[in-house]
Amino acid sequence: MRKVGVVGAGMTNFIRRAQETPKELSYQATRAALDSCDLNLEDIESVAHGSAPDAFDGIHQKGEYLADGCGGWNKPTMRVFVGGATGVHALAHGWYHIASGMFDTCLVVCEEKMSSAMPHAQAFFLTIFDNITERPLQPTLLWIFAMEMNRYMNTYGYTKEDMAKVAVKNKNQGIKHPSSQFNEEVTLEDVLNSEVMAYPVNRLDVSPVSDGAVAVVLAAEHVARRVTDKPVWVEGVGWNLDTAYWATRDLYYPRYLEKASKMAYDMAGITEPAKQIDIAEPYDPFDYKALHHMEGLQLSPPGKTVELLNDGHFDQDGNLPMCPSGGLLGVGNPIAAAGTMKVAELFWQLRGEAGERQVPGKPKYGVCQAWGDLMQVSSVAVLGI
Amino acid sequence: MKRVAIVGVGYTSFRTTSQDVSYREMIFEAAQKCYEDAGGIHPQDIDAFVASSEDFMEGVSIADEYVPDQLGAVLKPVQSIAGDSMQGIASAMMHIQTGEMDVVAASAFSKASNVSNKNNMVSYACDPIFIRPFNENPYMIAGMEMNRYLYETGATREQCAKVVVKNKYNALHNPVAAYGAKIEFEDVLNSPPMCLPLSYLDTSGDVDGAIVLLLASEEKARQMSKKPVWIKGMGWATDTPNLDTREEGWGDAIYASLAGEKAYRMAGIKAPRKEIDFAEIDDTFSYKELQHLEALKICTRGEAGNLLEQGFFSNQGDFPVNVSGGNLGVGYLHEGNGLHKFMEVVLQLRGEAGKKQLDKARTGLAFSWRGIPTATGVAAVLGIED
Amino acid sequence: MDHTEFVRGGTGLSGKDVEQNKIFTVDDALNCRYTWDTGVAIGRYLEELKNGKIIAKKCNKCRRIMLPPRMFCELCYCPSDDWVYVEDTGVVNTFSVCQVNWDATRVEPGQNPHLPAVIEIDGATQGMGILHLLGEVETDKIFIGMKVKAVWKPAEERTGAITDIKYFKPY
Repeated sequence: MRKVGVVGAGMTNFIRRAQETPKELSYQATRAALDSCDLNLEDIESVAHGSAPDAFDGIHQKGEYLADGCGGWNKPTMRVFVGGATGVHALAHGWYHIASGMFDTCLVVCEEKMSSAMPHAQAFFLTIFDNITERPLQPTLLWIFAMEMNRYMNTYGYTKEDMAKVAVKNKNQGIKHPSSQFNEEVTLEDVLNSEVMAYPVNRLDVSPVSDGAVAVVLAAEHVARRVTDKPVWVEGVGWNLDTAYWATRDLYYPRYLEKASKMAYDMAGITEPAKQIDIAEPYDPFDYKALHHMEGLQLSPPGKTVELLNDGHFDQDGNLPMCPSGGLLGVGNPIAAAGTMKVAELFWQLRGEAGERQVPGKPKYGVCQAWGDLMQVSSVAVLGI
Repeated sequence: MKRVAIVGVGYTSFRTTSQDVSYREMIFEAAQKCYEDAGGIHPQDIDAFVASSEDFMEGVSIADEYVPDQLGAVLKPVQSIAGDSMQGIASAMMHIQTGEMDVVAASAFSKASNVSNKNNMVSYACDPIFIRPFNENPYMIAGMEMNRYLYETGATREQCAKVVVKNKYNALHNPVAAYGAKIEFEDVLNSPPMCLPLSYLDTSGDVDGAIVLLLASEEKARQMSKKPVWIKGMGWATDTPNLDTREEGWGDAIYASLAGEKAYRMAGIKAPRKEIDFAEIDDTFSYKELQHLEALKICTRGEAGNLLEQGFFSNQGDFPVNVSGGNLGVGYLHEGNGLHKFMEVVLQLRGEAGKKQLDKARTGLAFSWRGIPTATGVAAVLGIED
Repeated sequence: MDHTEFVRGGTGLSGKDVEQNKIFTVDDALNCRYTWDTGVAIGRYLEELKNGKIIAKKCNKCRRIMLPPRMFCELCYCPSDDWVYVEDTGVVNTFSVCQVNWDATRVEPGQNPHLPAVIEIDGATQGMGILHLLGEVETDKIFIGMKVKAVWKPAEERTGAITDIKYFKPY
């Protein structure tokens, strides 16, 4: 298997409503990623891009529309689409373009523009539910998150305060991220007193709807070493999808994430993730999800996660920093781009270039994860330097 | 690079409506047949699955959600490619070439009959700012392409009509085709005009259906199949999606040339017309078959129409094209298009094409196009060993 | 090297910029209509709902009684076997109290919030749940593990849809 390195990364600001078209957002991120390393578009042999529901943009075959903005003109361009997991899955998608031997370079671009959907992007999530057995009940995305959060808290006896602490930690951490939508700190009271959306979810438990794009540049080993003296290697990738019959699963534990992470750890040769992983970027569209995912990622014993959180174990200078980027809660959540933001974060962190958010102590391995579909799928990537 | 082969093929019949089965039941049928064909493999022993789909054609957001169960892929690595199913095959192939996986399934289906206003879908793929506000029938794009193609190459409407005659006639020998018919080229020219020079019979009708293929690494392929069909080369490319900036031509199919070049290079093919025996080439619109054949260097620019009239591309000709009936004769499977072309080539190479079987079938070419308004195509060269 | 150099682009607009036409926009409303084939399994499910019954399907290999019914067992990967009627009672596996409508508008004061729940249906394999709504219950009285029973629409109003059951209420 050929070694694949990440050699460049770039992203747009994550904002509530962008003036740029989806093509322009893709272009800005792609341009920034190419500028960050010594490669030009001519050096790029393939494009692996991702974007979540076409419904947000009202454009069918959205991948075709975005292709030129992602640098895909006259190139092999392919779009992967696994809902919210797309952001990290696009990295896996780009990885096998090169690891297979078919290409030496690949541009991974993820973009999302949710603000085009009127009156609110949330309405389009109606269409992720089963057309016959669920949609007539007029469900919203909030239902499944709220029900999963309820089941999770109920199983372990966690409280809303416990979950809210993650929102506070990530949102305040995210202020340090140059791309973040936020610049004001929040307190525990702010979160607990925020508007009740769907018990047990309050407004500030949720990441914001955003527009944005992120791109990373991948290269085969011989190219990576030529282009940079600090390539970040894709040590392992994994992904796994559970049944569409989601109501037959016990939602308190993401077993599909356990399998996806095992696939990635095996490939990376990581046998004791909780000890060997230095930075974790789990997907955190809602605060409880970060903890849910840390357990699925085998980075925290189920039932003990809140204890570790309270001990500062997951702080930027803790034993296992979790979401030093600020996560989706702190930076923003343009669905597909959010996962790739975590990839870019690990890239910068492992190279010691993360500025204010830098995790101390020369971290060696990081894991990033995204999640999506109907609470069914996770993609995981282990990066190392 | 590692070699990858096809070891299993499963498909349903292709029909204009399929009211008796849901998409799940349709895919289950195709998948079961595929796994049986591959020696009775249980899906839990398959390493990964790649589905190809587009949300709007299914009426769900995140079509990926509804993939695993009917393929037997619960709690397995599954992904969905939002693209043509031959891109899905390329993805499955790359999975195996990394060396991390040995057996990967590729699937796609069409339930076009469930989409009540399908023309709207095509227009929703058009640029919302520059094209959609015209509120025109999106087939105008195909009409304009055809017009330019005829103008640049000197091909005629009659020659395009003869593509339809050939393919619909071929489909009569294909037991799973929906649009087989014996017609004359005048019937095509006299059919109701759509976006001239495109007439109604120059276009393909939709079909429902599902196809599942199983790919394997060389080692596994030799264990699982007596007649593995090798993927010798694959290439895909996307030209500009902007209709306004197609400066290199509305008459050219640049994406086909680029995809073909890459596939030939990988397969070590220098003279495609000589080294390849037959092809399944996208013919969603009649002129497309001729345009694609030229772009894929099977013949020179402007030559395709003449060669067609000489019988060069017929079943008894030197280079049979669309023996299956193509999209014009079988029906258009939307995202399943690529898998359909690929599957037909595999069946020919295995000697399993029944009434459609060609005598000389050792190396075949499959080419798929994503349809208007896209400029994306995928080419694959497949072959068997001596 | 400082990564902030490569974080750029994305110009922010406010909702008012759009509402007050300070920005060029192009509007379109999509008209996408579908007539989905229910197929054999779901077709029968809906037919039985019209009759006021819930039907499931059994896999003789793993002995699961599956709901919603399906023509194949996705785990054993083989065609499924007998049709089995199940009860219209069940247990709440998880639930929520939702103040937001599907289109992101808020529930009006005085109106009832939505009460979605996953209900494990009696008679089906343990854990076999379906998504549905709760009703005739005070929101602070709902708990995981609560026993509920379906409240059906009167026979003449049933059309063969999941909404033939209005909601589930505690009993």
